[in-house]
Amino acid sequence: MAERQVIDARGTFCPGPLMELIAAVKLASIGDEIEVLSTDAGSAADIPEWIQKVGHEMVSTSSESGVWHIVIRKTESRAKPRGEKT
Amino acid sequence: MKILIVGGGMGGTILANNLARRLCSELKANKVRLTMLSASDKHMYQPGLLYVALGRAATDELYREQAGLLEPGIEFHVDPVEEFHLDKNHVKTKSGRTFSYDLIAIATGSRPVPEEIPGLAENSINVYTEEAALKFWKTISAFRGGRVVVTVGVPHKCPMIPPEVTFCLYDFFRDRGLADKVSFHYTYPIGRLHSLEPVGKWMQGEFDKRGITYETLFNIKKVDGAKKVVQSEEGSEANYDLLVAVPGHRGMEVIEKNNLGKGGWIPVDRNRLSIEGRQNAFALGDTTNIPISKAGSTAHFEAEALAENLAAIIKIGSPVRDYDGKVFCFIEAGKDKATYAMFNYNNPPDPKPPTKSVHWFKMAYNQLYWASARGLL
Repeated sequence: MAERQVIDARGTFCPGPLMELIAAVKLASIGDEIEVLSTDAGSAADIPEWIQKVGHEMVSTSSESGVWHIVIRKTESRAKPRGEKT
Repeated sequence: MKILIVGGGMGGTILANNLARRLCSELKANKVRLTMLSASDKHMYQPGLLYVALGRAATDELYREQAGLLEPGIEFHVDPVEEFHLDKNHVKTKSGRTFSYDLIAIATGSRPVPEEIPGLAENSINVYTEEAALKFWKTISAFRGGRVVVTVGVPHKCPMIPPEVTFCLYDFFRDRGLADKVSFHYTYPIGRLHSLEPVGKWMQGEFDKRGITYETLFNIKKVDGAKKVVQSEEGSEANYDLLVAVPGHRGMEVIEKNNLGKGGWIPVDRNRLSIEGRQNAFALGDTTNIPISKAGSTAHFEAEALAENLAAIIKIGSPVRDYDGKVFCFIEAGKDKATYAMFNYNNPPDPKPPTKSVHWFKMAYNQLYWASARGLL
């Protein structure tokens, strides 16, 4: 049964919201949802970019009182090989 | 009142010593009993492994007898916990003994798990265990040229290892006359070169000066040792001649086996360090799921806050302070320069340009650590 997990990364600088999300996704099952709470506005751009690259699903993004709520759902990764860049 | 500390690493040791001093009179009067359970009779200074890997320290320099680090009055047993019964306020150990408690603090740490990425363990080097550090040294001292790729797993202990190992290796090969035969390619899991934005910006400038190439949003998926290629979850590949890994970590197996937290990370209150839903059970150091750096300094500052609170619970019945998220990390920027990053939940880091004096302070701290472990510094 799919689970919902909340990562409260408000006010944390290292490793930061995206790194916390990546760690949580590794431990999650397919179909699980993860909500990241972040006060770092950059997360609102970084997290969707990473989710798009690895092929998981963005569920929602919203901001309330300076806190970003970003919800994703783990899917089977469908990233395609591409050339490395420098 | 019985206090039980599980784990004899940095967090557990500082906590025990700090508590023993705060509760000196209670311990002498037998009103408090303070017990530590650890898996080892030795205490390792883990940051020293970087210097072993670079041939700048011997392994025996990193160890002290754990019992010799502890204040009188602390009962110490080399008898790791196998079962936590937090609802019944007791644990069971490997030897079969049962230890009951009124207050418990769990500081069992974390472990690298390179074996969880196909091909990574057998085709890369890292600095996270004594065995790995020695393999690292043997490998780099035999390396005569080619492409070095640095790759970083999630989550990992000590967030400064990725830049440190890159800058130190760069200087190492340059000093051996291999500068024109070795190239570096650095990869990182998120969209910049370091989780701390100012550190990432500084690294980018330093990398550009040195000709170190880089790729962000690169999470290791698998390593093909025959083709010498590391593949990312994002779909890219990097060819290597020498693969330097910062492997992903997990909490200790005993935490997972006792269902105390997914991945071995125990959910705790970020300020009080109390385990979710419990008043008399706490966790600190790498063991927690708090979204901050897994680093010795985190364990150190958490231990100081928790010691003050546990002593206050015994003396006045309630905790008196919050852990504020303080972290302090040295950053070795090569063989002879360093800087540092200090931050907490409310204040971001503002690292300064590396200097020789900070490097030498770091070298001094490598010895001063033993005073920290004793709770004196």
